[in-house]
Amino acid sequence: MTMTQSTFDNRNAAPPAGRHHPRAGLADTFTRHPELVSLCLLVAICVAVALINPAFLSPTSLIDMGRASVVTGLFALGVFSILAAGGIDVSFTAIAAFAMYSLTLFVLKVAPDLPMAAILLIAVAGGTALGAVNGWLVHELRVAALIVTIGTQYLFRGILLAFIGTVWLMELPPQMVAFGKASMLDVTTANGATVTLPWYFLVFPAAALLTWAIFNRTLMGRAIFATGGNPEVAARLGYDQRTVHLFVFAFAGGLAGLAGIVHVCANRMANPFDLVGTEIGVIAAVVLGGARITGGTGSVLGTVTGVLLITVVNNVLVLVGIPSTWQRVVVGAFILLAAAFFVTRRGKLQSRNRKPSP
Amino acid sequence: MRKLDGRLAILSMLVVVLMVTGGLVSGGTYLSLFNLQSMATQVPEIGLLAIGVMLAMCAGNGGIDLSGIALANLAGVASGLVMTQFIPVYDAPWLFTLCFTLGAVVVGILGGLLNGLIISRLGITPILCTLGTQMLFTGLAVVFSDGRSVTIGSPDPMYELGNGVIMGVPYSFLIFLAVALVLGAVLRFTPFGMRLMLTGANARAADYSGFAKRRIFTVTYTLSGALAGLAGVIIAARNVNVKWDYGTSYLLIAILVAVMAGVRPEGGSGRIVCVVLSAIVLQLLSSLLNFIGLSNFVRDFAWGALLLAFLAVGRFQLIERLAAGIASGITSARVPRASKG
Repeated sequence: MTMTQSTFDNRNAAPPAGRHHPRAGLADTFTRHPELVSLCLLVAICVAVALINPAFLSPTSLIDMGRASVVTGLFALGVFSILAAGGIDVSFTAIAAFAMYSLTLFVLKVAPDLPMAAILLIAVAGGTALGAVNGWLVHELRVAALIVTIGTQYLFRGILLAFIGTVWLMELPPQMVAFGKASMLDVTTANGATVTLPWYFLVFPAAALLTWAIFNRTLMGRAIFATGGNPEVAARLGYDQRTVHLFVFAFAGGLAGLAGIVHVCANRMANPFDLVGTEIGVIAAVVLGGARITGGTGSVLGTVTGVLLITVVNNVLVLVGIPSTWQRVVVGAFILLAAAFFVTRRGKLQSRNRKPSP
Repeated sequence: MRKLDGRLAILSMLVVVLMVTGGLVSGGTYLSLFNLQSMATQVPEIGLLAIGVMLAMCAGNGGIDLSGIALANLAGVASGLVMTQFIPVYDAPWLFTLCFTLGAVVVGILGGLLNGLIISRLGITPILCTLGTQMLFTGLAVVFSDGRSVTIGSPDPMYELGNGVIMGVPYSFLIFLAVALVLGAVLRFTPFGMRLMLTGANARAADYSGFAKRRIFTVTYTLSGALAGLAGVIIAARNVNVKWDYGTSYLLIAILVAVMAGVRPEGGSGRIVCVVLSAIVLQLLSSLLNFIGLSNFVRDFAWGALLLAFLAVGRFQLIERLAAGIASGITSARVPRASKG
């Protein structure tokens, strides 16, 4: 494997995922579909936790986790798209914070009667615009996307906190409160309390479907994977790099804007200091889902699995008796172990595939 | 003779310009000995971390070290907890300071070694590895300290280390300069430094030349970890307490310092002297914004904008073009008809 790779300039030696070698065994299937590993891990953890503490399977805890996965999930789908194109983004939380706070303030102060659909649309549009700025900068500056987006994270957050506001908004507009509360499913628990699975939960599966469709049913999806796999070849094949960069960052920005508004409605308050700082957990989810940080691979199913895995890990530690202070250690260890596992497996596969070739 | 380094010239000019502006804006207080000293005590933490980022970037291979400040905090927390347990802080101040420093640097070296081994042996991309270890180090610091801040105390030698001055210059600043000088010499005059830069410039050529690339990566990240450990010591000396979430914005600022210093994120080029100057420029600017009375948030915004601006400067080679423009201006002035030849 060549070692000359920066974020947007790498050469993939790995065979394209999904094409099966005639002698592919179970281990190879896992290597080619890393999301299956995460899926098995997820199931194993769930079974183990359920055995140790059956409270894990109670509707309360399941619905809690479902709700908690929405914002991370939206972020993760965006990060997945960018990773697939060979980039990385750490500014999406700043975009979300920017969109949610300034939009909530706008609705409160200027347009209290704005319908919820319009609010969601504006959030997506605003996020898309900020994301496009990222994409444009990454393309024009030709520097590792990590460094560019660290810069824009501070830029967006700085603008928000310095010029828009730092005060928590505790009273949301009524339509946003209603959106956060609207119930899809009410479950009454044994002790008589009612747990609600809200409608906004559906935003995550809907966004996942949309992302899946883009990657599997459109030319843009092909272009993104090609660019992430090998930008030079992709350019020679006629995929416009500028369009790809603009698209993935704008798409991730749009999802981040949506995530921001969902976050506000779910928490019933807008805190401008929120969200920023949760990037690593999201990136971890995508990587655990089998996407390579050097681009060209990954799947929506894997990303969703990764999100569920991270959400479960974040929520079950206390249930099984591990103090919550250990959460970061566990997630950090997961990132490293997953990365090590995928790299070693891929290495073995390559060295074996290389031998029979003439 | 080496040709004039445009970046070095620009950074030196910036130092002068900022000092003059500060002096004019504040009516002299900005240039008072007290303010200069206080600025100088703030440079080392970020400067050491920035040198660590620079080393990782220079090694190429998409190199970057995102775990710096997390490791610095872990070093302070771990060493602080152990040493305050075994050594009476105020009864044996010298012993305590020495052991604490040693402990923190050892933690830093171990953390850096972990990064280096993961990157060189397992072949995991530096971004992913250091993202993971950043989380791991922060997490360990939380676990060890139970999420609380750890009081180190300020016995005399510790206090002097953080705040004392010798002939008007703060000790911590002198330590920073000494470390920078040694590392600068290592990069410039030793085979290791030469190989590090060449590997970063062209990994394949380095491979064919038979460089022990794995060892170079391991040593580089270990060095970066040691610098983080030292930064942890200085943080503890300056703040009396250490906590796992100290300096959350240091990650960006360290990268900003490195990029401003002209370190190329793709590897193979960068000068320590520029990193030192760039850290000083940033501190001068930060204090200047403070003097004008702007909030921290405006400063965050300014750092982001500055980072992007310097990336643009690097991308379009503005400094080189400017230097070339000036040079050709001088030549054509001297030999007016040369251009017609």
